[in-house]
Amino acid sequence: MALPVAFFAVFFAYPVAAITGRGLRTDDGTWQLGRIGDVLTRPDILDVLWFTTWQALASSALTLLIALPGAYVFARFSFPGKGLLRAVVTVPFVLPTVVVGTAFLALVGRRGLLDELWGIRLDATVWAILLAHVFFNYAVVIRTVGGLWSQLDPRQEEAARVLGASRFGAWRRVTLPALGPAVAAAALMVFLFSYTSFGIVQILGGHAFATLEAEIYRQTAQLLDLPTAAVLTLVQFAAVGAILAVHARTVPRREAMLRLVDPALTARRPRGTGQWALLGGVLASVALLLVLPLGVLVQRSFDGGLGYYRALQEVDAGGTFLVPPAEAIANSLEYALAATAIALLIGGLAAAALTRRAGRLVRGFDALLMLPLGVSAVTVGFGFLITLDEPPLDLRSSWILVPLAQALVGVPFVVRTMLPVLRAVDARLREAAAVLGASPWRVWREVDLPLVRRAVLVAAGFAFAVSLGEFGATVFIARPDNPTLPVAVARLLGRPGDLNYGQAMALSTILMVVCAVALLLLERVRADRSGEL
Amino acid sequence: MSTTKKIAVGALAAALGVTTLTACGGDSGKDAGDGGTKPKTVTLVSHDSFNASPAVLKEFTKQTGYTVKVLKSGDAGEAVNKAVLTKGAPQGDVFFGVDNTLLSRALDNGIFDPYEAKGLDRVPDAVQLDKDKHRVTPVDTGEICVNYDKKYFADKKLAPPQTFDDLAKPAYKDLLVVENPERSSPGLGFLLGTAARYGDDGWQDYWKKLKANGVKVADSWELAYNQEFSGSAGGKKAKGDRPLVVSYASSPPVEVLYAEPRPAEAPTGVSTGTCFQQTEFAGLLTGAKNAEGGKALIDFMIGKKFQEDMPLQMFVNPVAKDAKLPALFTEHGAKVARPHTVAPEKIAQNREQWIQTWSSLVLK
Repeated sequence: MALPVAFFAVFFAYPVAAITGRGLRTDDGTWQLGRIGDVLTRPDILDVLWFTTWQALASSALTLLIALPGAYVFARFSFPGKGLLRAVVTVPFVLPTVVVGTAFLALVGRRGLLDELWGIRLDATVWAILLAHVFFNYAVVIRTVGGLWSQLDPRQEEAARVLGASRFGAWRRVTLPALGPAVAAAALMVFLFSYTSFGIVQILGGHAFATLEAEIYRQTAQLLDLPTAAVLTLVQFAAVGAILAVHARTVPRREAMLRLVDPALTARRPRGTGQWALLGGVLASVALLLVLPLGVLVQRSFDGGLGYYRALQEVDAGGTFLVPPAEAIANSLEYALAATAIALLIGGLAAAALTRRAGRLVRGFDALLMLPLGVSAVTVGFGFLITLDEPPLDLRSSWILVPLAQALVGVPFVVRTMLPVLRAVDARLREAAAVLGASPWRVWREVDLPLVRRAVLVAAGFAFAVSLGEFGATVFIARPDNPTLPVAVARLLGRPGDLNYGQAMALSTILMVVCAVALLLLERVRADRSGEL
Repeated sequence: MSTTKKIAVGALAAALGVTTLTACGGDSGKDAGDGGTKPKTVTLVSHDSFNASPAVLKEFTKQTGYTVKVLKSGDAGEAVNKAVLTKGAPQGDVFFGVDNTLLSRALDNGIFDPYEAKGLDRVPDAVQLDKDKHRVTPVDTGEICVNYDKKYFADKKLAPPQTFDDLAKPAYKDLLVVENPERSSPGLGFLLGTAARYGDDGWQDYWKKLKANGVKVADSWELAYNQEFSGSAGGKKAKGDRPLVVSYASSPPVEVLYAEPRPAEAPTGVSTGTCFQQTEFAGLLTGAKNAEGGKALIDFMIGKKFQEDMPLQMFVNPVAKDAKLPALFTEHGAKVARPHTVAPEKIAQNREQWIQTWSSLVLK
């Protein structure tokens, strides 16, 4: 408990408080809280608030609608290529938003694919933003909900059927309550991501739409209007806090004791036309929504044959970097590994502490851990800039800052993925171990860890993916002598000329492949280990 | 910072297996002011568009013994704002990339120490916007101008527009895409150009005419140039349908440089009467850990070697009179005889208001 708290105090609370404080205080140190009212009555700010909220709601609803059948298919059916497909649906989640935006423009923009086929144009409409959010968050639902679903014992539902419940009734009374917390957690994450969406809205929304996050960025980075930015940061804090409070109220306090089983035992080949149709439908939606935009990217990267890929190995491909862009791949992987390790350590400890204890304080901490998802990367980045500037914490030019910032976003994922499973572990097992003389650490290692290993791997996958695609904080602190992939893509896209554009597409394609391979390896590890459960 | 926090951080560092949190920090953690050893690194803070050939940076090391570390911190506006925020505890020694549209903000906030660079006599007075105090040193100039798609106008047998007046004529209806000045520096440059050309009273009427003539607004240079503009390589791929775009006078040579195979003639041209001049400056950051190295770097940046390296690295013009432009620029670039300019103080006073007025005129 102490370590996660210290981590968040130093790398999150302190920087954010510092930058917010600077905006709300005059130079002689008096608080100017009257500014809050001034900002919040401006019509342009109210517009931003309203748009942010409703598009996040719409994005979450749409994502759940499209992804829940997918979660079922992934949990209950086994079919050839399932591992590959699971990796494929996770790829969008780790793509830098610059790339997502560009791919979607090619799909729904002027003379995009849809325009050529049916004359449909969605750029600068809210539909493009919503679809991109679904594209982005599909994996969140699949992995959080599907991960738990695949471990629910189907025999419980069968028992209910034997006792006379209808098929739907059995699902409603047995499976749904067990899945509830995971669905709520997934919905919450999607909502938070859409609420704080930045890159996608910037690219696809045009000037017609701005989220709170985009507005904070504009006020801080472009206008240097710290008071307004500080007020908006507080508003975002309050909003995220309110969402978390609602979440705590609606999700039953006590997650039911679940009997978790090996996922390999629960998945079977689809039977009957209904199930095959469902599988087909899910595959079709994945192909249209997720694979098609990625396909457009790949196709563009090969427009010049292999020329763009060859150019990536040259140092002076436009002098954008001091190293060949290809080296960005290694940098990205190193950062992602470090960030994953940090996030797992902090998140694991936090999740363990939260399972162990109850009470208001702990619940508050649980909510606090989620806050980094709801606070703009810009605010955190600027906070780093003005707080971590003196020894022993002069980290502004140290490489460790990048994984630290990325871990900050990764921790909530780790906690969200591990907590439902940890809470579902039967407490009597722990008690028995303790009675037999095991230390708390040993209890955790011998009882919890084997049961949650799968969740740990899913969490690791998430943290890794988040880190690989993270852009907001990295672009703040990455150094030109070791850029990460997303930063490299953004820089290439920002320069004129065919070769730079093509290289950006080629790097995005490589980023995609790297993610898919990393995730596939993870699936492989998981498959090997699952027999030990 | 309290002791408990220090302990917490120490524990955290140990737990993460990070033995030296400030490793790789170079000289950032050490203060050179105690008469200790001379720091070997000089840190240059800049925007994302900064580039220099490794060979030229090595040359600087050979001459002075300092290694240059480059720290890019966002687009031009963002980089300046970060320098303002970190005033007194700067991220480096020298800041490069504050232009005339942001100069007043940097100077008013007092982030630079005065330093008169060696070799400044080779730089024209016209670009030395802080000549009395030398808090900043001009390094390069560039022009923001309308670019046109040569093929489109040749096919239509229509002369490309050359001036601001031309752009509002019916012959060029629905052809121009500009950037949102609030979010993009070329967009702001173009707006300032119109303000310089038509004056405080006239520019709003001009924009009403442009709006009536079907001007399109994109949010960023990338979108305008690589998606909407029909003359660039990216725009051709995206099937852009606007043959006029606000970009730079140096964009045509870049199109040639990055095309495979290289064409004999640039696919795009420059409307030379629509240009706004940007000048970029470097300055010594107040509180620099290595002020001596910083001064040497500023001298080097207006030296011949660096000045001649810049055009193909950052697509800008050198300020030093003795620096030669590369052939690519002399063959495909545009000579802009009289670019429009606005004094930095005037920009500082009016920028926000002009942008707001522009938004309500053009976007609503």
